[in-house]
Amino acid sequence: MAITTMAKALNAALADAMLDDDRVLVFGEDVGQLGGVFRITDGLQARFGDKRCFDTPLAEAGIVGFAVGLAMSGLKPVVEMQFDAFGYPAFEQIASHVAKLRNRTRGALSVPMVIRVPYAGGIGGVEHHCDSSEAYYAHTPGLKVVTPATVEDAYSLLREAIDDPDPVVFMEPKKLYFASGEAELPARTAPFGKAVVRRAGTDATLVAYGPAVPVAMEAAEAAREEGWDLEVVDVRSIVPFDDATVTASVRKTGRCVVIQEAQGFAGVGAEIAARVQERCFHALHAPVLRVSGLDIPYPAPMLEHTHLPSVDRVLDTVARLQWDDQPDSRWVAA
Amino acid sequence: MTTTPQAVRRASPRPRPPADERLPGATPAPAADPSAGLLPAAEPVRLLDPTGTPLPAREDYPEPPVEALRELYRRMVIGRRFDTQATALTKQGKLAVYPSSRGQEACQVGGVLAVRDDDWVFPTYRESMALTARGIDPVEVLTLLRGDWHCGYDPAQRRTAPQCTPLATQCVHAAGLAYGEAYQGRDTVALAFIGDGATSEGDFHEGVNFAAVFKAPVVYFVQNNKYAISVPLSRQTAAPSLAYKGVGYGVPSEQVDGNDPVAVLAVLNRAVAHARAGHGPFLVEAHTYRMEAHTNADDATRYRDADEVEAWRDRDPVARLETYLRARGVLDDAAVAAIAEEAEAYAADLRERMHDKPAVDPLSLFDHVYAEPTPQLVEQREQVRAELAADSDSEGER
Repeated sequence: MAITTMAKALNAALADAMLDDDRVLVFGEDVGQLGGVFRITDGLQARFGDKRCFDTPLAEAGIVGFAVGLAMSGLKPVVEMQFDAFGYPAFEQIASHVAKLRNRTRGALSVPMVIRVPYAGGIGGVEHHCDSSEAYYAHTPGLKVVTPATVEDAYSLLREAIDDPDPVVFMEPKKLYFASGEAELPARTAPFGKAVVRRAGTDATLVAYGPAVPVAMEAAEAAREEGWDLEVVDVRSIVPFDDATVTASVRKTGRCVVIQEAQGFAGVGAEIAARVQERCFHALHAPVLRVSGLDIPYPAPMLEHTHLPSVDRVLDTVARLQWDDQPDSRWVAA
Repeated sequence: MTTTPQAVRRASPRPRPPADERLPGATPAPAADPSAGLLPAAEPVRLLDPTGTPLPAREDYPEPPVEALRELYRRMVIGRRFDTQATALTKQGKLAVYPSSRGQEACQVGGVLAVRDDDWVFPTYRESMALTARGIDPVEVLTLLRGDWHCGYDPAQRRTAPQCTPLATQCVHAAGLAYGEAYQGRDTVALAFIGDGATSEGDFHEGVNFAAVFKAPVVYFVQNNKYAISVPLSRQTAAPSLAYKGVGYGVPSEQVDGNDPVAVLAVLNRAVAHARAGHGPFLVEAHTYRMEAHTNADDATRYRDADEVEAWRDRDPVARLETYLRARGVLDDAAVAAIAEEAEAYAADLRERMHDKPAVDPLSLFDHVYAEPTPQLVEQREQVRAELAADSDSEGER
């Protein structure tokens, strides 16, 4: 096993996909000669030429709309939104066309493409560079939404996204770009629609995705000192969602905390908590709890540590899982 | 890279500044006015006057062959009859809504006659007449407005995108499609219809800009019918003409009398030839008028005068072309009657086929959301199936 980074694994996935299929075109802002602001497309233009990997005007609706037309002509666009919040101008194209064309035309026209979105914070970024925008996409039928938390998954999920017959919003946790891990590339891991148990445990299940997965893993290690043996499930594939793996884990442990970096209200974690509660009610010893970012605009860099779900906040939440079979004091009327 | 329109309008040469006076990194000074060949003519191109009398021929816009004009007339007559029939169908409750394009027949039909069957057309919701003129079954065209599904025709087979309701978003699709076709060695042209109001949308500008930067063979065809529902053109732009929006993107542009069918086809023929020859996009603004309200649900008397509408009746494109073709000796009473009869038969067939409510299947709601339904959609489909079964059981008991 070689040590590499998520950024390098994503770059390798793009290169291998371009090598395998000459219909794959990679484009966006600064992805050409520069290789992307995070270097995810580094070297692709030099290797495959400026017809296969190219810069566009700085217009995100234009980039995604252009990709719609290219996909209609039979090509396979892979576009980069540069930063989460920079993708908002493209939202109409994504919600009204990318997501719906297959359905609107009863399957006669589909526009498979990959929209890569570097997302979330923890990198000391200034405003508009750290949003967690996954819920907007997950709330839009017709899109698949996946997010890797490991180096191997970064490679495998991106290759699968490019091959998928449906449009995929590929959410890349920025703070994990340069975290290294062991991976033998090309790797193929579990397919779309499968969550993965990253750490087996018996006392409670931590469900997390993307940038929250390392937090959950660290919390699970720290919890051993408190005497809790925690299981960690990495969602990976937000849409389609793997109810089976998540519910099997929670039925086994009887307790569940859902962790996401995004603000909590109406988020993906709320959906997961609701699904677990619906499906596991009789197996639960405590209400399903959530740890998320605060319901605030993403804060300035010097304050982001207060916003981000921390190991301590996860452990405090695990402590509230009614281990003594008493109601949570904060929900009991005074 | 500069585009070279087929017929370059003369522009007075400008003195070149000495090399050392230019800003470092500035684009080298062109030999002539850089807007030469990009700006539209000061007045809309017109080949027939409003009475149908021919105006002096123009070298830059040759008159289309007479057979093409006769076919244009035939399809305009059928198109107008279709439009009237569709409006009638709303009154009978057969259509949820219908946006009429009466008065815009020259643009609707001229647009699709200017392109080949294997070119791509990107219509808006007001292009029902254009789509029927392109040969698409009117029942399939009206599926969207009848409400049994969204797009009733097969876009891939008909090389026609679904009618676009979000404004101007199709302008970028046309750029991508045209670039993708050229990239794969095909000489396809994309024709994007757009209205005057939608030129205010960002996607119009992004589409024209992308097409220009990537030299994509697209014709952007703006039907300026003077109103965006109720909002007049003066609230959309302060530009002297919507065709002036091309020059800022390096796109040659022209304006045309949109109620002069001969000029519309002549200008679009040149625009399509320009795009097909690899010179990049072309922008055409047609000055026309929406004779009816925005849709049957709109009341146009709240925002425009009857006098204004009456003035446009005198510029009727169908009558104008008929007068001209009769004068040319290629249309007589018998031919006019035969085409009118054909139009009646077309409307009668449409009426008959729209008479019965189409069957809809609630379980089809789950088809084509994804290539394969997600486990969640499979669950929901089973739930709906059970609800339907329970409904039919309780109906059986009654």
